[in-house]
Amino acid sequence: MTSSQVWQLLISGLTIGGIYALIALGFSLIYNATNAINFAQGEFVMLGGMITAASSSAWDIPLWLAAVFAVVVTTLVGLLLDRAAIRPARNAGIVVVIIITIGASIFIRGLASIIWGPDERPVAAFSGDMPIRLWGGAIAPQSLWVLGTTLVIAVAMYVIFEYTIVGKAMRACAVNPHAARLCGIEMSRMITWSFVLAASIGAIAGIVLAPITMTQYTVGIMLGLKGFCAAVLGGLGSGLGGIAGGLILGVLESLGAGLISSQYKDAIAFIILIVMLLVRPRGIFGKPGGEW
Amino acid sequence: MLRLTSVEASYGPVKALRGVSLHVEEGEIVTLIGANGAGKSTTLEVISGLIRAGSGEILFDGEVATNWPPSQLVRAGMCHVPEGREVFGSMSVTDNLLLGAYARRGRKARSEVLDDMEQQFERFPVLAERRDQLATSLSGGEQQMLALARGLMSRPKLLMLDEPSLGLAPIIVQRFFAEIEALRNEGLTVLLVEQNARAALRIADRGYVLETGRIVLDGTARDLLENPEVRRAYLGKGYKEVWE
Repeated sequence: MTSSQVWQLLISGLTIGGIYALIALGFSLIYNATNAINFAQGEFVMLGGMITAASSSAWDIPLWLAAVFAVVVTTLVGLLLDRAAIRPARNAGIVVVIIITIGASIFIRGLASIIWGPDERPVAAFSGDMPIRLWGGAIAPQSLWVLGTTLVIAVAMYVIFEYTIVGKAMRACAVNPHAARLCGIEMSRMITWSFVLAASIGAIAGIVLAPITMTQYTVGIMLGLKGFCAAVLGGLGSGLGGIAGGLILGVLESLGAGLISSQYKDAIAFIILIVMLLVRPRGIFGKPGGEW
Repeated sequence: MLRLTSVEASYGPVKALRGVSLHVEEGEIVTLIGANGAGKSTTLEVISGLIRAGSGEILFDGEVATNWPPSQLVRAGMCHVPEGREVFGSMSVTDNLLLGAYARRGRKARSEVLDDMEQQFERFPVLAERRDQLATSLSGGEQQMLALARGLMSRPKLLMLDEPSLGLAPIIVQRFFAEIEALRNEGLTVLLVEQNARAALRIADRGYVLETGRIVLDGTARDLLENPEVRRAYLGKGYKEVWE
């Protein structure tokens, strides 16, 4: 294996890692607000890609408009999930909430298969397919879109949680829900915000990924699980951890597939998950108490 | 300012309050004393909406406020500084104070909030020195000041303090209680829950004694300080005179 091949593997690993990072952020957002895992997170990613693909081909609208439409609709789905399914079960316990999210993911996937059928759908690359040559490797422009989007969202999240009062209130809820309530912070509103943010970030991840892998109503399952592995690897509840976990997972997966065998590509993520849970369950950057 | 009538509350099957009635008038310092598990903290939690009242009525500032959500009570001018301080440990002192004013957020409020924060820094200079430090790095006494300052950021009419002296050195307790008196002189109404009955009764106007979820005694702070029963059970002084 030459160094340029390893470089090529790194590039594709970072690209898919950026997607995992965004999905991991969604898991952490909702985990911090509710202490529950939202297993419908992958479906937000699927909806982002599928709505973009379907609406741009069906209505002949520009890709950017289809993408905006997809983010808006997916965010509304996240909002609806919170209001219709999570909020009524608020006092029922975390396990109940987790099971509701599993049910919601099956429901959303089923609805998607009825609406769009089982076919894989393409989405055009945002700025062409002409690869950019760099240090003996080739970078698809779409990879740069993925990494750029990941960076922009990471910075946006940092700004929200460090500099806005709503972001600080969301952190306060994760640190000490009891004291947060006594400050007049409404938990249910913070949970709604976390679903809105997680759904929109998930949709964006699905949109920037779709030109690379095509999209289908089932893509949410595996992407959701990989994003969950990334979140655990970096430290569930940690924003920085989610980003780092996603990129590390993507790179390891890509190197493993390239250097060992692509047969084991999916297994790698789950082996890492199991090892991490055994060795360091709070993840690389995770702190007890959930902090960004 | 505050009036409870026959308020009952339970934790699951356990009845914690069995008909508590008390009132706090504007500008008063009223203290609620009692042993561990008597229901003092529960009383505050019911008032501030953290626990539902099973029955009874709570009047706050002229309105029936039974089972209002905490956010509404904070906006109405109630402030509850919880036991054990409960500052946001992994956030800065400044962020803790800003969150104290969360209920007041809005376009015009921003500069007001910052003014109030400077006021708190004047009141507690040690917090000003540490404004960028994480709350968890403060000492116990400093954290208690931060918890109080955070509560004051909501511009309360009624301040409820739960065991502020817990785990603090006597000299710090003294200073803290002097601060509470100063706040009352500025027009604040105070409901103070304490196990340190002596310190509490010294600054209070009136007091209530809570035992297993019931008010068993009430009166002016002076009367309670001299009451043999209170002295025996809560002040630990004069034990001999009473029993011999």
